[in-house]
Amino acid sequence: MSNKPYRLAHGGSRIDRARKVSFTFDGKHLTGFAGDTVAAAVMATGQRVLGRSFKYHRPRGVVGLGSEEMNALVGVGDGARHEPNLRATQVELYDGLTAVSQNRWPSLDFDVSAINNKFSRLFPSGFYYKTFMWPKRFWKHVYEPFIRRAAGLGKAPVGRDPDTYEQIHVHCDVLVVGAGVAGLAAAEAATAAGARVIIADENPLFGGLADIAGGTIDGRPQTEWVKEKTQALAEAENVHVLSRTTVVGHWHHNHLMLFERVADHDPALLAAGTPRHRLWKVRAAYVILASGAIERPIAFANNDRPGVMLASAARAMVERYGVAPGAQGVVFTNNDDAYLTALTLHMAGVGIRVVDSRARAEGELPNAARAAGIDIATSSIISAVHTSLGGLGIGDVKVAAYRRGQGRVISERKVECDFIAMSGGWNPALHLWCHNGGKIRFDDALQAFRPDRHADAIAAVGAANGTFELSNMLAEAHAAGEKAAGKPSGRVAPIAEQPKQKRLEALWFAPATGKYNEGNKHFIDFQNDVTAADLELAQREGYESVEHTKRYTTFGMATDQGKTSNINGLGVLAEATGKTIPEIGVTTFRPPYTPFSFGAIAGTLTKKLFLPIRRTAVYQWHVDRGAVVEPVGQWRRAYTYPRTAEDKHAAINREILCVRNKVGLLDASTLGKIEIKGPDAAEFLDRMYTNTFSTLKVGRCRYGLMLNELGFLTDDGVTVRLADDHFLMHTTSGGADRIAAWLEEWLQTEWPHYRVFVTPVTEQWSQFAIAGPRAREVLAKLAPDFELSNEALPHMTFREGRLGPYPVRVYRISFSGELSYEVATPANLGRGLWDEIVEAGREFGLEPYGTEALHVLRAEKGYIVVGDETDGTTTPYDVGLDGLVSKKKADFLGKRSLQQPHLKSTDRKQLVGLLTEDPNEVLPDGAYAVKEVKDKPPMEMIGQVTSTYMSPTLGRSIAMALIQNGRARMGETLSFPLEGKVVRAKIVEPVFYDKEGAKLNV
Amino acid sequence: MKPRYSVFSLARNAMNYHKDWERAWRSPNPKPEYDAVIVGAGGHGLATAYYLAKNHQMTNIAVVEKGWLGGGNTGRNTTIIRSNYLQDASIAIYELARSLYENLSQELNFNVMFSPRGVVMLCQTEHEFRAFKRTAHANRLAGLDCRMITPAEVKEIVPIINDDSNCRYPILGAYYQPRGGTGRHDAVAWGYARGADGLGVDIIQNCEVIGIQRDGNRVTGLETTRGTIRTRKIGVVTAGHVSTIMDMAGQRMPIESQCLQALVSEPIKPVIDCVVMANTVHGYISQSDKGELVIGGGTDSYNNYSQRGSFPALEHTITALVETFPIISRLRMLRMWGGIVDMTGDRSPIIGKTDIDGLYVNCGWGTGGFKSIPGSGFVFADTIANDRPHPIAEPFGLNRFAEGRLIDESVAAAVAH
Amino acid sequence: MLVVKCPVCGAEGDETDFHAGGQAHVRRPASHDPANISDAEQRDYLFIRHNPKGLHFERWRCDRGCGKWFHAARDTLTLEFKAFYGIAELPPRELMEQANGPWAEYFRQRLAAGTKP
Repeated sequence: MSNKPYRLAHGGSRIDRARKVSFTFDGKHLTGFAGDTVAAAVMATGQRVLGRSFKYHRPRGVVGLGSEEMNALVGVGDGARHEPNLRATQVELYDGLTAVSQNRWPSLDFDVSAINNKFSRLFPSGFYYKTFMWPKRFWKHVYEPFIRRAAGLGKAPVGRDPDTYEQIHVHCDVLVVGAGVAGLAAAEAATAAGARVIIADENPLFGGLADIAGGTIDGRPQTEWVKEKTQALAEAENVHVLSRTTVVGHWHHNHLMLFERVADHDPALLAAGTPRHRLWKVRAAYVILASGAIERPIAFANNDRPGVMLASAARAMVERYGVAPGAQGVVFTNNDDAYLTALTLHMAGVGIRVVDSRARAEGELPNAARAAGIDIATSSIISAVHTSLGGLGIGDVKVAAYRRGQGRVISERKVECDFIAMSGGWNPALHLWCHNGGKIRFDDALQAFRPDRHADAIAAVGAANGTFELSNMLAEAHAAGEKAAGKPSGRVAPIAEQPKQKRLEALWFAPATGKYNEGNKHFIDFQNDVTAADLELAQREGYESVEHTKRYTTFGMATDQGKTSNINGLGVLAEATGKTIPEIGVTTFRPPYTPFSFGAIAGTLTKKLFLPIRRTAVYQWHVDRGAVVEPVGQWRRAYTYPRTAEDKHAAINREILCVRNKVGLLDASTLGKIEIKGPDAAEFLDRMYTNTFSTLKVGRCRYGLMLNELGFLTDDGVTVRLADDHFLMHTTSGGADRIAAWLEEWLQTEWPHYRVFVTPVTEQWSQFAIAGPRAREVLAKLAPDFELSNEALPHMTFREGRLGPYPVRVYRISFSGELSYEVATPANLGRGLWDEIVEAGREFGLEPYGTEALHVLRAEKGYIVVGDETDGTTTPYDVGLDGLVSKKKADFLGKRSLQQPHLKSTDRKQLVGLLTEDPNEVLPDGAYAVKEVKDKPPMEMIGQVTSTYMSPTLGRSIAMALIQNGRARMGETLSFPLEGKVVRAKIVEPVFYDKEGAKLNV
Repeated sequence: MKPRYSVFSLARNAMNYHKDWERAWRSPNPKPEYDAVIVGAGGHGLATAYYLAKNHQMTNIAVVEKGWLGGGNTGRNTTIIRSNYLQDASIAIYELARSLYENLSQELNFNVMFSPRGVVMLCQTEHEFRAFKRTAHANRLAGLDCRMITPAEVKEIVPIINDDSNCRYPILGAYYQPRGGTGRHDAVAWGYARGADGLGVDIIQNCEVIGIQRDGNRVTGLETTRGTIRTRKIGVVTAGHVSTIMDMAGQRMPIESQCLQALVSEPIKPVIDCVVMANTVHGYISQSDKGELVIGGGTDSYNNYSQRGSFPALEHTITALVETFPIISRLRMLRMWGGIVDMTGDRSPIIGKTDIDGLYVNCGWGTGGFKSIPGSGFVFADTIANDRPHPIAEPFGLNRFAEGRLIDESVAAAVAH
Repeated sequence: MLVVKCPVCGAEGDETDFHAGGQAHVRRPASHDPANISDAEQRDYLFIRHNPKGLHFERWRCDRGCGKWFHAARDTLTLEFKAFYGIAELPPRELMEQANGPWAEYFRQRLAAGTKP
């Protein structure tokens, strides 16, 4: 047969012959019609091969009708808009579309990797487990790189996706999955009964296979009935009608994901700003599964040749797109339904004959075919396919006599043809039924699995339920719609007329010319190149569980996830092992039904919306001032404020010295703030903290340590007693939410009798630290009558008042070791107060300082940071804060765990200070000290650096470390082996500056 | 011993259309008595049996499995292999495992496709950066081949990474283990199964344990759906189902079973050559030899035996990965699944003896089991054979929970003043 | 994704609006007799957990609703919730009777000691 165009002169219900659409396929400029799919438009040009298989790179044509397609995968779009692995049968044609074939080099028609096919005998399933092991290093450097390059299908896009995605959350009474006639009938009933309904279908048009199924509903052609019902649903107020929308998964408690391809079919929509995809997250009170059925291929020798299609797909090509699958074809079937294909093709003027594996073909459809003069060979199979055009097409087939169970071919004859339309029966599409644990059972009449039990509120109807007879289908769907709605619809089920079909006969394997199963390839999983012989090999080698077979052969693991191969594979395994299909078992169906985009899963949560950033009221000032910002929890904080031509280190040093010598200003608003109020607040805090707060006087502040129940430090901070029954707790910036939840949990679950409220107020307040010897002068300038003397407001006290127009809480607390006031004002006033402090501080040399200066300042002073000096396994004793662990209290969180043997052992790591022998040497963060330096690892480690800085105040490096038994080792010199050198440092007390605290109490 | 696999055996068998391959393992009926029985034919259980037979000459042993061998978490994980942990005990066992992986294909004569393609652990906050620097120092002194790398090096190794320094979590650097990588998970189970079977171990599938027999404080046998089996040593290696089995023996466990999910994309031509872990945003990704992006997510926060996780857990991971690797936005998810992981109180495993004589347990691998299979089997076999913990297993004993001697790999949450 | 219903405020919503808080009815020994707790008792409190395949009792918090903690009975295999009940309550009697393994033992003891949680 020649490579000629196959567009028929007439027909094609989906296409508009008046509107030509130009597109490219592999760079070739082609023309199709509006309404075409890429598959139809390419086939119309006479091109048979649309893809190459995964392993053997065999040329492949279109097999399927829609989402079950496994061969004709194309990449669509350019650059950042490229999308690989799309099924050509689903891609709707638009003007300017660019499509490329995949998995071939240099071209689709000539692919050098097709050499794999020549040596395929060496590559049975699992061959790679048996070889590529010698020499050892070749796996990584030779074999695997080669395999990786050869594998994969399409290419990834390049660059950031320019399109947008969105999500929508919806509740409904009834979700109808699939809008074939069953889905429409169910939706109509549910809608009429008043339910809120969503009906979704993966195709652009509703109706499923109604347009190629023949017959009438309520006296009209099916297509007319579909059109009318679709229209009515679209107009109903209680229905969402979603086309191009695949229900991809079913999860617990009837939670379903619907993947809507909003704009893929029309670039004008994208250009207008429409999201490309939309993910519907639906919580349905009831689900009606009307997902139809998928036709099965037949496993016959070389059943993958370009030109072998499913019978339904061949029929749809003609009916929908006016494209003939070829000039002369053979329908190969084991059932009546495929005779409809023969009739359709015959009427369209395509030469066709039927090969039926059954001994008798006497249903209404076979009889009609016979009456139309179509040649029918019963008790026959196709036993061989011969290619033409160098493997790119079919030249002829062998037809052989066949009897059920026959293992080899005895006689055969040649039949010329250029395409084959095969049908091995239909499998209910019960994937969604199984996603959340629905049970299925094997139906002998259908030779297929159908839905059985399900714990959820879900019902399958129509073909998805194994009900193929049209009237029954409609009655079942109508009843399910009413049941789902919980009310009668007031309407009657539609009545249908359709030719009656006789039973199919299982045909899992059509024997081939020659000895059984030698050299011929009976493909089961087309895309992954898994043959019947591969499945049998897996069984022989002991991979008996169907899951083993699947994983060993990769059958069912291609991008179609076994839609057309699954049951065929089970059939082959059953025949090979003498078991029944239910005994073989099924592999688990997992979401999604068809692949859906990661973009849709991320939705709008990309770029700036990925994770919102928290900013303080003064954030913009920091940015304007040129601050380097760093993420702290969800916050962005100023790390340092470099001046022009100043590097970060210089800026940090300047800021530190400014605090030590003059005065600095820190935006401490991110600090966690929690108010704790109620008659039992003090007792509650005594449970939460290691130290005692019931003894704290009103107006005083106390530093507290918090442990988890394992006895490990989890947070720290200063808590203030605002009133007898009212405390304000400060937490770490990152710990604010966690600690608020922690307090609430204990309050509610362990001590519910405490009369206490816990209120997180972090965002309510802006809080600034004014730190340095001149801090008091700055504040005094702002509010001359605010009592600030050391006597009136000593270290660790608090006063509420006003600074000019600003209501404030002033805490005299310090994390720098200098005289320091933390001033809090309501957040909406924060920026104003900040500006006034900056202004007032000008004459005293006030400068802002960032988090890094803060860290150096506190390290000089030997203050710990939870998360730096502690790592989740650190106790208060480890960091030398024994004094803050109450011995009097009978109980506080973590107390008992501190007594577990390992936590009270004496050789734990303890916090110490370190001074390097070379004062200019700064130990690296996290460096480990060793017991003994050796030439090479391993060396026994005895502890690690937790904080390490060059201190501008001291003019030398300082560090803190957790060292095994460290406190007993004061004065000892430790070795820290680094790459290429060993740094030595002396253990000292971990307070480097103002040990007596004189600077605090001025 | 089994006939060896090689390119020559492949060619020889090709002559006869592969009809003469031997079974990879037998399908024996249980004998009335064994010297030891391993419960659970996942990677850990099969490796344990293999090393019991090979290193300790205990060949009269069985592995009993409720379903099909390798059918639990061994065949459901994201196949990452690395050993760059922080704590000494963890480094020891994971590095033992990693080093055994290096030669496992040759040892088992089964290609487990250990592929040291490098593991890149991103630093996306200052806190994470510091934590990895500490780990790097610890690992260097332990003798591991690991190093910190710069953002420029990350970009070179992972060209598709989002290197926008203004993005939500800019890449500050990464911790890199060049000899970490991936393996073929099923092949590890199959290779050990074939190896153990070749040494005489009975692997009995479709055999569910329904009771554990005791005489006083000593185990004496197992009730199974295929009859009673007498034995004085039972090694329980059933991951998420460990509590169920141990309840039969009256041994309470510090375990909760949760669902951990993973997914793959459709296969594409190579875009990422190593494993990338982004802990701050809870996502990790690699690309299989077949071309699929293999992505792992977090666990659901509630107990779950259904092998089906909740969508938000994965959604969170995908969202983070779209931000970290923007090109994946237009790629598609092919398949998602869940495994039942056994989470301990400190998220480190339990290997060793129990309160009951002759009952040994190896569990709690949680989200990190695959990488440890060879090491875990190696030390657990030694523990069972000698009735005392192998030195590498010793820190992982059940007794650590009463002593407070936890092995915590999760450095404290990001906090700073 | 599960649907959870708060027995305190009545809010019903996705699990992401709630916080799962682990096993219910864990007794904290230090709240009762802090001076006499063995290392093993403390271990049991901190680490040993009922982990049944089937009916389980656990704590949840109505995170984005009223903020209250409550109890739930849930099947860990089907993930169906069987009951929601107050944080200071025991589950409905029929569920206590359906419980297996360590839970059955726990409720037997609790009921013997009187039903106060």
